[in-house]
Amino acid sequence: MSVSEMFIALQSVLTADQDIREEIRREVQALEQTAREMLTLLQGVHQGPGLQDVPKKCQKAREHFGTVRTQLESLKTKFPADQYYRFHEHWRFVLQRLVFLAAFVVYLESEALVTREAVAEILGIEADRERGFHLDIEDYLSGVLTLASELARLAVNSVTAGDYSRPLRISTFINELDSGFRLLNLKNDSLRKRYDGLKYDVKKIEEVVYDLSIRGLNKEATGGVGGEK
Amino acid sequence: GSGGFRKRKHDNFPHSQRREEKENVNPSSALMMSFKSFQLELDTRHDKYERLVKLSRDITIESKRTIFLLHRFISAPNGEEILNESEVKLDAVRRKIKQVAQELIGEDMYQFHRAISPGLQEYVEAVSFQYFIKTRSLISVEEINKQLIFTAEDREETTNTTSSSHDKQPHTCSLKVTPVDYLLGVADLTGELMRLCISSVGNGDIDTPFELSQFLRQIYDGFTFIGNTGPYEVSKKLYTLKQSLAKVENACYTLKVRGSEIPKHMLADVFSTKTELIDQEEGLS
Repeated sequence: MSVSEMFIALQSVLTADQDIREEIRREVQALEQTAREMLTLLQGVHQGPGLQDVPKKCQKAREHFGTVRTQLESLKTKFPADQYYRFHEHWRFVLQRLVFLAAFVVYLESEALVTREAVAEILGIEADRERGFHLDIEDYLSGVLTLASELARLAVNSVTAGDYSRPLRISTFINELDSGFRLLNLKNDSLRKRYDGLKYDVKKIEEVVYDLSIRGLNKEATGGVGGEK
Repeated sequence: GSGGFRKRKHDNFPHSQRREEKENVNPSSALMMSFKSFQLELDTRHDKYERLVKLSRDITIESKRTIFLLHRFISAPNGEEILNESEVKLDAVRRKIKQVAQELIGEDMYQFHRAISPGLQEYVEAVSFQYFIKTRSLISVEEINKQLIFTAEDREETTNTTSSSHDKQPHTCSLKVTPVDYLLGVADLTGELMRLCISSVGNGDIDTPFELSQFLRQIYDGFTFIGNTGPYEVSKKLYTLKQSLAKVENACYTLKVRGSEIPKHMLADVFSTKTELIDQEEGLS
């Protein structure tokens, strides 16, 4: 094969590659749109009246996840199944955002951390690499870290809205999350950088709890949950 | 190594004394259990990554040495010997690549691509340089990949049959150099060819520079044909490639001009005086 023939062959490979990326980008844009809509919807909980109809907001958000599932389904068809990590960068950000949204909804509903398997199910993808389009563990953890900062904000705002018990429950939850992340030996990468922000969220929530405690506001809210400290 | 270092760093954190008062976290709760499994998963992944980085460095070093060895080929009278030696060296590199391929059995190669890419590029450079010296042509990516299909040793085979459910090819493992790695390797090759050209001028070989300039021009044309279709790194190399080509073309130009100054009646002597003639050219790079 002559040199020019070789380069012609390589060029066609690269063009095909570019076409795939183009299609993926289009799908990811649609996903980002849905994620933005959901975020706007869920941001409502930070406003006073929003705290009351949390279940309704969650219900609506869950409907959006239906759209996400079909969009992810269509993204899956755009590239060979065994080349997930080749194009990972394209959907990494939006997938982390979706994990956060799923985790936020599940937290608001049940005040528990969504498991990796459950997120995968909500998004209609696999938890395990060997079975196809999956949720990478680092993306899951990044999404969970975003949840932590959102909850720190929620703790502040629920006090403003007069809900004094929520910060205490958030505090217990974040502390457990913090202990969980402490178990991980993170590399010096983006996940590590985001983990480094967790301590500020923990601190913020502790301050809120402190403010409530010295004013005796934690006891009047609920006897049970705030009783530990 | 690095994991332990990081752990220590965490222990130094001012959190440590605050930790005790927060021990109301149940260490066997569902959340903690799942994070324990995440720890295992992440550690496994990072360990594999580190092993691959190490292999990639070894591959790079050995490939560079092979290239240096091949540069000696021109001046040495015993060319065959050096080619054989380079073959032995490249076989050693391929054994390392086999280890990489074994690490990647059942994995998505692109997940660890960043760890091994530098080594593979250097290998492409070395193997294509050797191929050029032998055949005066460019090795294709298919040919490189053909040499990177390995048959597993018996020991591996037995372990593979027990876990063959998630092993697609229990008997062979292979590694594919991606088109981009290949292109980047070939772009580096042009730098080596430029050095080869200049040193062969120094050695009084006036045919090789012309051959090389033609070959480099073909590669340069190929790269301009690809242009910005490829990733950013490829277009970055294009600039260096252009410089290498310019050097070689200038060398050929000088050879031609000076060569034509030789009076016709002395043409018969050109070959005998070639070394002398070239001595004047040494400063041309």
